Amino acid sequence: MPEGKELYMLQLRRMMLIRRFDETVQTMVQSAELVGMAHVYIGEEAVAVGACTALRDDDYITGNHRSHGHPISKGGDVRRAMAELLGKATGYCKGKGGSMHLADFDIGILGESGILASALPVAVGAALGSKMQNNDRVVVSFFGDGASNQGACHEAMNLASVWKLPVIFLCENNQYAVTTSYRDTVAVENIADRAVAYDMPGVLVDGQDVMAVYEATVQAVQRARDGGGPTLLEARTYRYEDHSEGLNRILREPYRTEEEVARWKERDPIKLHSAWLIEQEVATQEEIEAVRNDVRQAIEDALEFARQSPYPEPEDLFTDLYSDPLPAR
Amino acid sequence: MTEMTYSDALNLAIKEEMRRDDKVFLMGESIRGGIYGVTGGLSQEFDDRVIDTPLSEAGFMGAAVGAAAVGMRPIVTSLASFAYVAMDQLISQAAKMRYMFGGQVSLPIVYRWGMIYGNNVAAHHADRPYPLFMGIPGLKIAIPASPADARGLLKTAIRDNDPVMFFEDNNLAGWRGEVPDDDVCVPFGQASVIREGTDVTVVSIAGSVRPTITVAEEMEADGVSVEVIDPRTIVPLDTKTILDSVEKTGRLVIVDPAHQSCSVASEISSIVAQEGFWSLQAPIQRVTSLDVHFPFSPALEHLVYPNEDKIADAINAALE
Repeated sequence: MPEGKELYMLQLRRMMLIRRFDETVQTMVQSAELVGMAHVYIGEEAVAVGACTALRDDDYITGNHRSHGHPISKGGDVRRAMAELLGKATGYCKGKGGSMHLADFDIGILGESGILASALPVAVGAALGSKMQNNDRVVVSFFGDGASNQGACHEAMNLASVWKLPVIFLCENNQYAVTTSYRDTVAVENIADRAVAYDMPGVLVDGQDVMAVYEATVQAVQRARDGGGPTLLEARTYRYEDHSEGLNRILREPYRTEEEVARWKERDPIKLHSAWLIEQEVATQEEIEAVRNDVRQAIEDALEFARQSPYPEPEDLFTDLYSDPLPAR
Repeated sequence: MTEMTYSDALNLAIKEEMRRDDKVFLMGESIRGGIYGVTGGLSQEFDDRVIDTPLSEAGFMGAAVGAAAVGMRPIVTSLASFAYVAMDQLISQAAKMRYMFGGQVSLPIVYRWGMIYGNNVAAHHADRPYPLFMGIPGLKIAIPASPADARGLLKTAIRDNDPVMFFEDNNLAGWRGEVPDDDVCVPFGQASVIREGTDVTVVSIAGSVRPTITVAEEMEADGVSVEVIDPRTIVPLDTKTILDSVEKTGRLVIVDPAHQSCSVASEISSIVAQEGFWSLQAPIQRVTSLDVHFPFSPALEHLVYPNEDKIADAINAALE
C-alpha cells in the first residue's frame, strides 16, 4: 500500500487521468467518433480515487453507468478502457460492454452496472464470498444519490449488516438523479443517515477532498477487515457536466443554476489537492505539471491504441455468452 | 439402483455435490428447516454453508452473482413465482454479466425454482415461468421430470460454470423412482426417449410427463404406438431427438404446463414446423395451460392445466 508522497502523487495522477480521459471522451462525442451513451465523471474524481487508493489490489469494487472513474481509480488500464469505448476487440470487454460497463476482474473491478442499485446485491455477494473463503478482501460499492432510493440498495444494506460482511457502500451524492435533485427525492437530510436503519456507521464526507474520502475509507476498510461489518459513506460531490453527453440538446428547461455549477467548480478536487500538495510542501508546481503532462501523454497513447485496434469479427458475436458454449443449431 | 422420491433425489444431489466441493453452498428463505421439502437436514452436515436469508429476493439472488464472481458456487432455493421479485438481478446481472464483460467472469449459480400449481394456492404462488427465461440468453434451463433426472440434472447444474435455472415440479415431489447408485450426471441438451413408439411423437415437460406416460400406456392397449420424449433441458434444447422422432412418426403433440402463448410448446412447434415440415402428416397439437391465471377454486383450477383427457384428445387429433 502506497503512503506519504507516493500515495498523494498517485491520487493526483489518477484524478488527472480521469479528468483527461473524460475531457477526451467529450470531444469524441462531439465529433461523433464515440457512439452510444457516455457519462463523464468530471468533478467527482476525488471520490473514487480517495476510496480506491485505500484498497489493496485484490480488493473488489462495483460501480455504475458513470463507469470511467471507478476502474481508473482502481488502477485500470486506460488503453483497454478507451478501446472498449470505441467498441474494439482489445477493449476490456472485447467491445461487448462499451462506456457504461468497464470491468477488470484481474484487479478486482467486478463491473459497472447500467441498472443502478442492481450492483449493490452483487457487491454484497462478493463480500459474502470473501468471508466464506476467509480471504480478507473487502468490497467498495459505488452508487449514486438516485440509486439510494431503490429497493435493491436497502436489501443489500440489510443483508450486509445482518451477515457482518466486509463491504463499504459508497454513495456518490452528486446532487442529481439525471435532472432531479436528491432534496426532492430523499426523505432524510443526509443519505448517510439511512445507515441507522441497518445498524452500521453512516459517515458524511467532503467528496471534493480526496484525502477526506481516503481517510474515511481507510476507517471503513479497517472495520470491514476486522469483521465489524459494513459502513455507509456518503461523499457529497458534484457532476459538472450533464447526466450524459449531449443531453443538453434534449432538455427543455434548466434544472440547476449556472451559479451553483460555478460555486462547486471553485472547490475542484484536482485544484484542491494540488494546492494542498504545495502547501504541505509535498510537491512543487513543476512536479504537478509533470504529472499533468505525463497524463496527457498517457491518454493520447490510449486513444491512439484504441483507434489502431481492430473491431471484433462477426464470428465473435456469440463468444463469451456461455463458458461452456451451447451446441450450435 | 435405489428407489427414492423426486424430493429425496434432489436432496441427495445437493448433499453429494456439497461433499465433493466446499465452494458449493445453499441460500434461501427458511431452507435450513426445509420449507420447500428438499433442503431440510442439510444444515446438520454443512452448517454455515446452508444460509437462511431475509425475505430479500433481489438481495440474495443478486448476492449469488457476486459470490459466484469471486469463486463460490451458490445454489439459490426459492419458489418459481418469487423469481419475479428479483428479475433485475436474474436478467441484468446473472444472465448478462459474463457476456457484457467480455467473458471475464464465469457465474456458476443454480437457481432452484419450486413450481407449485394444481393444488389450490391461487395465482401468486402457482406459476411455471420457465418459458420466459428461454428468451434471455446466458441462462441454461433444466426441468427434471423423474427422480433419476432430478438427481442427475441437478448434479450437472451444480458443476456447470454458467447460471442454471432449475425448475422443479412440486407435483412430482412424492413420485418414487429408481435412482442410480453411482455418480451419474445427466448431460444438458440430451432429451430422454422415455417410451419408443411409431405412430405419434409426444414431447412432454415437467409434471406433464407422468400423465403422458399413463395415456401412452392406455393407448398402447388400443393399438396406438406413442413415442414419449422429455427434453429435460429447454436451453439447450435437443431438437435433433425431436426432429428424428417426428421424421419417424409424422405426428407431433407437445404437452407443456406453461401458459400456451410463447410456451416451450410454441417454440418446439415452430422449430418442427420450420425444420421438420415435410415429415408432418397432420397439424402439430399443443396441450398447455390455458392463457389465464390459476384460480383458487377447486371448481375452476383443474380446467386450466394439461390432464390425461386433454392429452388423449390431442393425440387422437394428431392421428386423424
